[in-house]
Amino acid sequence: MPTDAIVATGLQKRFVLRHTRSLKEAFVWFVRGRHGDLVQKFNALDDISFTVRSGETVALLGLNGSGKSTLLKLISGVLQPDAGVIRTRGHLAGLIEVGAGFHHDLSGRENVYLNGAILGMSQRDIEERFASIVEFAEIGEFIDTEVKFYSSGMYLRLAFSIAVHTDPDIFLVDEILAVGDEPFQRKCLAKIRELAAAGKTLIVVSHDLDLVSSVCERGILLENGRLVKDGEVSSVVSELRQRARDH
Amino acid sequence: MQTPGAGGGLTAVLRNRFLLRLLVRKEIRVRYRGSVLGLLWSYLKPLLQFSVYYVALGIFLNLQGTTENYAVYLFSGIVLINFFTEAFGNATRSIVENRDLIKKIYLPRELFPMSAVWVSAVHFFPQVLVLGGACLIVGWRPDVLQLFLVLVGFLIVACLATGLGLLFGAVNVYFRDAENLVDMILMVVTWASPVLYSWNLVSDALGPWFFLYQLNPMTVAVELFHYGFWVPTLDAASAGPALMPDILAVWVPTAAVVSVLILLLGQFVFRRLSANFAQEL
Repeated sequence: MPTDAIVATGLQKRFVLRHTRSLKEAFVWFVRGRHGDLVQKFNALDDISFTVRSGETVALLGLNGSGKSTLLKLISGVLQPDAGVIRTRGHLAGLIEVGAGFHHDLSGRENVYLNGAILGMSQRDIEERFASIVEFAEIGEFIDTEVKFYSSGMYLRLAFSIAVHTDPDIFLVDEILAVGDEPFQRKCLAKIRELAAAGKTLIVVSHDLDLVSSVCERGILLENGRLVKDGEVSSVVSELRQRARDH
Repeated sequence: MQTPGAGGGLTAVLRNRFLLRLLVRKEIRVRYRGSVLGLLWSYLKPLLQFSVYYVALGIFLNLQGTTENYAVYLFSGIVLINFFTEAFGNATRSIVENRDLIKKIYLPRELFPMSAVWVSAVHFFPQVLVLGGACLIVGWRPDVLQLFLVLVGFLIVACLATGLGLLFGAVNVYFRDAENLVDMILMVVTWASPVLYSWNLVSDALGPWFFLYQLNPMTVAVELFHYGFWVPTLDAASAGPALMPDILAVWVPTAAVVSVLILLLGQFVFRRLSANFAQEL
């Protein structure tokens, strides 16, 4: 029986609309007896509950601003929920904004180590997988060149290659499938399918509905921070298309 | 199952030593990129600073007339102040500077202030070598206790800088005023410990309130550096101005306790505030 990989119960996330950045304003607000809110807030996510079984492939769907990326950040731990509980099992890695841990003044090799460690790989993991990372990225002899001289395609390929080699139990994918040219995209997709087949849990955010329905089995539809539909991916995709037309 | 983003504080940094090492190496590589002299800059700056102080204070104000081996006295304090200034200042800015990473990937956020302190320590050691060389020239003969106390002084400052760096680094995310406040603290710190003058002057001026000056861990750490580097260069006959009374029995333990308390406070505040770093940056 498969175990639970992600359990979310009653998740709520509130964001601030207007910031008060200066200490003076905050001080005035404080000494006047803290009347009213110092900031205005809105609900980015409200009462989200779901369970993902280990090995499931789930697409997070919704229009812009529906809260998909916020939910992904709650799962990865970058953000903390204001209410509710989220629990995950096993090692978790994200293909969220590839290359976030890259430094332009370091060589490709140094970036593989730095970014690999940022994504949770140990020194031994990186040394063992180094050749495979470089090969998958098709970087070849440029591995010792500083990444600021890389073409955007090379940059993304290397970043993606490091991320897929972290070998996590749960894989978070945010709009990654727009990487590189078509042959490389196909290669990425094949790699993601391979991970899914190997029993990894996959959470995918993408606006490419045909693509997510081919990769994922299950869909979760968000609208204005609320979970409106959770089920088999093709039915959720058609629900989203329906709602988008009515919009 | 675990809760994502529930960090283990400074213990999580210990588990991520490999990443810490890479971050430190990156910081040093990046700082000296495209520079011909590289790490040599971290010698040149304190040497210039030392020369200016030495000429202005030692010669113009004739402090070397009253303090034997004033150059060594001065430099042993300056290297420690430089370490503290760089560590505290960079740790304060480390969270805001790494915002791109913090907003996208979850890491134990203590890694950033910690690596800033570590980088400062890397810049500190060559300065200590220069200081040790200068001491040898004027006849330095330290005993084991004195060398041990130098290490204690360094640890007190490292602990203090980490604690303050965590505290102000976290507050800086919410109020960028913290950076300016820290700059002001760093301006005062050179003068709030016996680096350029000797402690007797403060004792005479403050009278019964002298203990406030002694409560500053920097004062104690600087005195420990004087004890380790400057005192062993003096002639036994002309003992010069003595160290602060009760320093080893009372003030070193006090300074250690104060810095550890500040470290715990910094860690506590940092953990409370770090939950919302990603959305506030």
